[in-house]
Amino acid sequence: MLDMKQDFFELFGLEPRFAVDLDRLEQAYLEMQGRVHPDRFAHLSDAEKRLSMQWATRANEAFRTLKSPLARGQYLLELKGVDPAFETNTAMSAEFLMEQMEWREALQEAREAADEDVLDDLSRRIRRDTKALVEQLEAEFDTAGDLEAAADTVRRLKFLEKLQHEINDALTALES
Amino acid sequence: MALLQISEPGMSTAPHQHRLAVGIDLGTTNSLVATVRNGVPQCLQDENGKMLLPSVVRYLPDGQVAIGRVAQTAQATDPRNTIVSVKRFMGRGLKDVAHVETMPYDFVDAEGMVRLRTVQGVKSPVEVSAEILRSLRQRAEYSLGGELTGAVITVPAYFDDAQRQATKDAARLAGLNVLRLLNEPTAAAIAYGLENASEGVYAVYDLGGGTFDISILRLSRGVFEVVATSGDAALGGDDFDHRLFCWILDNAGISLPSDRDSRRLLMKAREVKERLTLDESVPIRMTLESGDEVDLVIERQVFVDITVNLVSKTLKPVKKALRDANLSPEDVKGVVMVGGATRMPHVQQAVGELFGQTPLTNLDPDTVVAVGAAMQANVLAGNRAGEDEWLLLDVIPLSLGIETMGGLVEKIIPRNSTIPTARAQDFTTFKDGQSAMAFHVVQGERELVSDCRSLARFELRGIPPMVAGAARIRVTFQVDADGLLSVSAREQTTGVEARVEVKPSYGLADDEIAGMLKAGFEHAQNDLEVRALKEQQVEAERVIEATEKALQADGELLNEAERAELDGAVAALRAAAEGQEARAIKIQLEVFNRASNEFASRRMDKSIREALAGHKIDEIRI
Repeated sequence: MLDMKQDFFELFGLEPRFAVDLDRLEQAYLEMQGRVHPDRFAHLSDAEKRLSMQWATRANEAFRTLKSPLARGQYLLELKGVDPAFETNTAMSAEFLMEQMEWREALQEAREAADEDVLDDLSRRIRRDTKALVEQLEAEFDTAGDLEAAADTVRRLKFLEKLQHEINDALTALES
Repeated sequence: MALLQISEPGMSTAPHQHRLAVGIDLGTTNSLVATVRNGVPQCLQDENGKMLLPSVVRYLPDGQVAIGRVAQTAQATDPRNTIVSVKRFMGRGLKDVAHVETMPYDFVDAEGMVRLRTVQGVKSPVEVSAEILRSLRQRAEYSLGGELTGAVITVPAYFDDAQRQATKDAARLAGLNVLRLLNEPTAAAIAYGLENASEGVYAVYDLGGGTFDISILRLSRGVFEVVATSGDAALGGDDFDHRLFCWILDNAGISLPSDRDSRRLLMKAREVKERLTLDESVPIRMTLESGDEVDLVIERQVFVDITVNLVSKTLKPVKKALRDANLSPEDVKGVVMVGGATRMPHVQQAVGELFGQTPLTNLDPDTVVAVGAAMQANVLAGNRAGEDEWLLLDVIPLSLGIETMGGLVEKIIPRNSTIPTARAQDFTTFKDGQSAMAFHVVQGERELVSDCRSLARFELRGIPPMVAGAARIRVTFQVDADGLLSVSAREQTTGVEARVEVKPSYGLADDEIAGMLKAGFEHAQNDLEVRALKEQQVEAERVIEATEKALQADGELLNEAERAELDGAVAALRAAAEGQEARAIKIQLEVFNRASNEFASRRMDKSIREALAGHKIDEIRI
């Protein structure tokens, strides 16, 4: 019997690995939504409507998680019982803390200069670093099986994502 | 030997009975109703052959209510009782409404949503909207010759929870079964995408009478996926009228016009704006009741100059939506223009410049939303076979969160999340022995609660005494396919279950709606009961039909005993539906729902398995 306790990889019939074929993931997701989406059940009984909403919600959550490298990495750690400990600074290396400070300073300067080009440039650098970290994460999870290292990389990715949001907010603020 | 089945006398044997379903575009300026007839979507006309129903409601002293054109002609003579652009007040408090000072209404600043005092008493925007919807429902039932199974009502994509809830309440009040609230740009994308068999990334720029939406969609065979949406729920063609109105006052040297003169001048401004779409200059001549004379000429360029910042105000959300979608303007294959206000040449030009291409204006911007809604209603009512249905994946426009210490917002569901969606977040107590917790649910993008819209407040009581920080209260947000939120909270550590469902503070409470429904039937007391009975009977029929179909397809999922139980429940429901008691049917429906739960869940499992199996076969082939 299928049930809601299945993990997201099982739900879409995928191997629980970091490397995911995104086309395959999307295809499985769309096929599932095609079956369970509330629009398919709008004319049916309340019991079916309720089930449909639960399944569609689950499918959306699973797809959102597996699609994003950061969320996927975080989820894999969770499945393997490793807490990435985002809240505690003690888990972070001195090198990473230095890096964070440098990024923050760069963002602060760009904000003060109110320069769209500088912010865009920062954004490009973040994307480049993110790409490199994702490749590193794949090796740590799927080749080396080094969960400690993976947790560290996930923390770095999380930081970069937060930074990217702040840059977007700063760009939005510039336009208004 | 197989037994032949004979249906009961009077029971329908038609397996594919066409259900009457409509799409309704409840607009700020005009509203429309459309349906799919013989596979062709079409807007329904009134008895005078008009499709557009002006969204104007007039309350008369004798208890009558005039809707549409009749009401519109009275707006200059009876401005206080003639409500225009009521959509701007839906789910809004008085302080949220722009230009109140130039509006001729007698506002009542009620808690949650603003009300209007009329000759027929205080009316909520929900009641006013319900009059418009009721009129469209009657038009549809007359034109289609039967009662409607349901309706898809469109809302601006950028509508928040309170505005959506208010719209749904208005539909209920108008006696409509809401199949779905559908975002206006998404409805337009369905109409456009299906007609043109489009694939790729499209933007829908929807500037209506009072609202602006931008949605970025990815269209592929059979899938409409909204990637990001943004907008301004208080920006539309009305604002262009208002600018022109102010220009006329300035240039004619009029300082404080009366309510009636104001309304006439606003109507004039709209007319002039529309003429400026084709003409380079338009004369404005009018004698006001005050005796003041207006004799001006406006050049199109002047109109462009006084409204250019309104146009650029729409471009900010466009850029934001693109950024949220992680796309550049050149990734967009086509820009679909929707809403009457997109007829203005300088709007088209600005949008064209931003995207580096000529916007698509080949669909009627006034009707495309209603047409798309009708197509979706037809699918939701179950009138299409499974294979040629399309899949629609929409998103919520604004983040949803909870107030935390210090007036900050903890976002629980970020904007542009695909719906339906659910997210949970754990909170804890602040003081030792704290037994209750207050939650404040807000919607918006800002960090501070005071900058977001307050949706609801509720308390969780009965938390067992623990030291500060030991309790774990899990707050779960669920957004359904209409984009409507429900929230529950539960203490985790002790297993003590305390659950609360949110009551919307900006919409109307359920008993208020019930009261209004009742009031509507005061003149004919029996009507209420007749209507309730009819509703329950229709619901029972719907459920029985759906179950029989399901049993035909998947009967083997039940063993004999289970099958007998479900058959028994169907028979009991059918017997109740033949009676004359609404309550008895309602009870039997609940019994039935419990009995069918297991069957429904096995069918869902089977369907999902098939989806996955199909997927795996594909891979083997590769």
